[in-house]
Amino acid sequence: MRIGLFATCLGDTLFPEAVKSTAVLLARLGHDVVFPPEQTCCGQMHVNTGYQREPVPLVRNFAEQFGDPSIEAVVMPSGSCAGSVRHQHEIVAERYGDAALRTGVAAVKAKTYELSEFLVDVLDAADVGAYFPHRVTYHPTCHSLRMLRVGEKPLRLLRAVDGIDLVELPEADACCGFGGTFAVKNAATSSAMLRDKMDHITGTGADVCTAGDSSCLMHIGGGLSRIRSGTRTLHLAQILAATRTSPHVLTEAAR
Amino acid sequence: MSSPTGPSTRNTFLGMPAVPPRSPYGTGHLRGERAFPEAAQDELGNEQLRRNLGRATHSIRAKRLALTGELPDWEQLRDAGSAIKTDTMNRLPELLEQLEQKVTEHGGTVHWARDGVEANEIVARLVKNTGSDEVIKVKSMATQETGLNEHLASEGITAHETDLAELIVQLADDRPSHILVPAIHRNRDEIREIFLKEIPGIDPGLDTVPAHLAAAARAYLREKFMTTRVAVSGANFGIAETGTLSVVESEGNGRMCLTLPETLITVMGIEKVLPRFQDLEVFLQLLPRSSTGERMNPYTSMWTGVTPGDGPQDFHLVLLDNGRTAALADRIGREALHCIRCSACLNVCPVYERTGGHAYGSTYPGPIGAVLTPQLAGMHGAGDDPNSSLPYASSLCGACFDACPVKIDIPSLLVELRHQHTEESGSTAEGLAMKAAAAVMKRPKLFTAAQKAAGLGRVLAGRDGTLSRLPAPFDGWSDSRDTPAPPKQSFRSWLASPEGAATMRAAAAEGAPHTDDAPEAP
Ligand code: SF4
Repeated sequence: MRIGLFATCLGDTLFPEAVKSTAVLLARLGHDVVFPPEQTCCGQMHVNTGYQREPVPLVRNFAEQFGDPSIEAVVMPSGSCAGSVRHQHEIVAERYGDAALRTGVAAVKAKTYELSEFLVDVLDAADVGAYFPHRVTYHPTCHSLRMLRVGEKPLRLLRAVDGIDLVELPEADACCGFGGTFAVKNAATSSAMLRDKMDHITGTGADVCTAGDSSCLMHIGGGLSRIRSGTRTLHLAQILAATRTSPHVLTEAAR
Repeated sequence: MSSPTGPSTRNTFLGMPAVPPRSPYGTGHLRGERAFPEAAQDELGNEQLRRNLGRATHSIRAKRLALTGELPDWEQLRDAGSAIKTDTMNRLPELLEQLEQKVTEHGGTVHWARDGVEANEIVARLVKNTGSDEVIKVKSMATQETGLNEHLASEGITAHETDLAELIVQLADDRPSHILVPAIHRNRDEIREIFLKEIPGIDPGLDTVPAHLAAAARAYLREKFMTTRVAVSGANFGIAETGTLSVVESEGNGRMCLTLPETLITVMGIEKVLPRFQDLEVFLQLLPRSSTGERMNPYTSMWTGVTPGDGPQDFHLVLLDNGRTAALADRIGREALHCIRCSACLNVCPVYERTGGHAYGSTYPGPIGAVLTPQLAGMHGAGDDPNSSLPYASSLCGACFDACPVKIDIPSLLVELRHQHTEESGSTAEGLAMKAAAAVMKRPKLFTAAQKAAGLGRVLAGRDGTLSRLPAPFDGWSDSRDTPAPPKQSFRSWLASPEGAATMRAAAAEGAPHTDDAPEAP
């Protein structure tokens, strides 16, 4: 299958390992991964902060970059960006776009997937041949959980990972407190939410906390690093892309 | 943009308001003193409050889930509730007139109040007409919203709250912090202290056993029930078809108010009307399960006008607008008016759980309050009105939408309200930053250049590769979180590099059918 990879602006810039893992994984599964080079950002931060005019060019660019009919699926390692493409691009296009943009947005929306959805729903691949011999706990991010309804899909993928010791996260579905600009505008409340999330994570004794969104992991990982917890965060794609022969996550590029 | 005191929304043309009026600025309890982040800061520092709230919301949450889960048709019930509400809002004027007609036919009197000030004046006048200087009250959101108790006090009338939690709040001279459990932020020890201090003649040996606390309150209230001739109530539902009003509650104190006094005055927000008596079937299942996690609330009272020789002989219904017509005229507001005040969204909200209700500054706290309050009372000015901060008091996690029995998509409404706010605020520093960010991101070349520049942030990072202090406005973030230094290479530059290309080729080769793996022929 010809897959258009959307790196997301945050993944591309700050968390390239998550995107590399996504690309490698999809290629290893036998697919043709293409990276439309003019892609940038889905505009989610703008919309969620209350700005719907400003992201019009971003929405247009996204629709153009991935509109190519030879791209059969658009895949991204982010539940919240997939949620934005599926639920917010339409709103922006309806309000400030033209007919062409509305058509373009609808066409791309229909083939857009978050990574775990794509693997399970489209490829029907619960076991992607990963090997990751560590104790891991999974945090379902809010947008994956409630906007995309990914449900058990990421857990099905994780359970199939060879060598993994998957431990359940108490109160897993509670928000970690990130919420984009919420973490800046309401930093104190966000920190209080983060503290509880971190207590639950460290309580599991996991070496690694994983999730499908680099943004939430940046928040959780930033907190865990601050308290020197010893638990690290890794994107789901990094675990799924790790194999016995190429344990990518273990040779992460030095920052 | 309207000024806080300016009557700009009331420009008149041929005597008709150009836009339906919002609740007037500075009256009632639809606006706090401080913006949410600031008010929340204090509450966050109160460990006792957080423990009380955490315990209470977690236990209600679990009960609600158990009881909604046992109904096989719960989702259909939610759809039915949502559909009835949509229908109600679509023909609200017609239904309200029908309600007025039916109430009048049954011997009641209907009053229309444009805002809280008018409603308070109407109630005060009605009480004075009875010659009484005291009223007993059933817990009512509408009169809390209008600040009725304070107004009555200024007119020399004492209002006694009879709902146990509301009584605790009133005695402590506090404000409710939850729409269903107003004293959720208090624990037993605190309640005992309040009673000992405020209830005349109370047994000084009172302990903290809940039954004993309730008994002390009961003895106090009994006397009020027997001696007060006027009651004020709210209403959960008003049925247009029959003119029936209804209050649902847990303690029976409401029923005492609704049946013992000679005069009953009900103040009801105009959105609480339901078309048909049959519609109660849906809401009497949705409401208790969502709010208290009970199959049925212990007391459901219904009354239709007056019945000679039984119950109050003089009944008044005050229909309160106070910004509801303005909300109805707005796509967001209209959906927010579907709310049946069950409080399920508060109980599941991680923000409410940490900050409590007071941080929202309004009678309506929590997720729905963050939508409803600015809809009813407006968000004046560029950002100095505390109500402007409410749409941002959410991480948009969506738990409220899942819990709402009438399926109000609160996160989407919040995002819309934020948009409304930025559109009305004109040019702000944040707006400029958003424009600048969009300008960079719409030009791939600029974006790539910005990524390279971001990579320079590495020089600021500590030895562990993280940034631990960020400048304002990100200093709140960096108070409790490290930020990774940008990596050497963005994904796109890695992909374009020989290493990236080689890695992708190798991955593709691994994925290619491994002919040597094929089972060997025997
Ligand atoms: S918005 Fe929904 S969940 Fe929240 S109080 Fe209203 S009806 Fe209940």
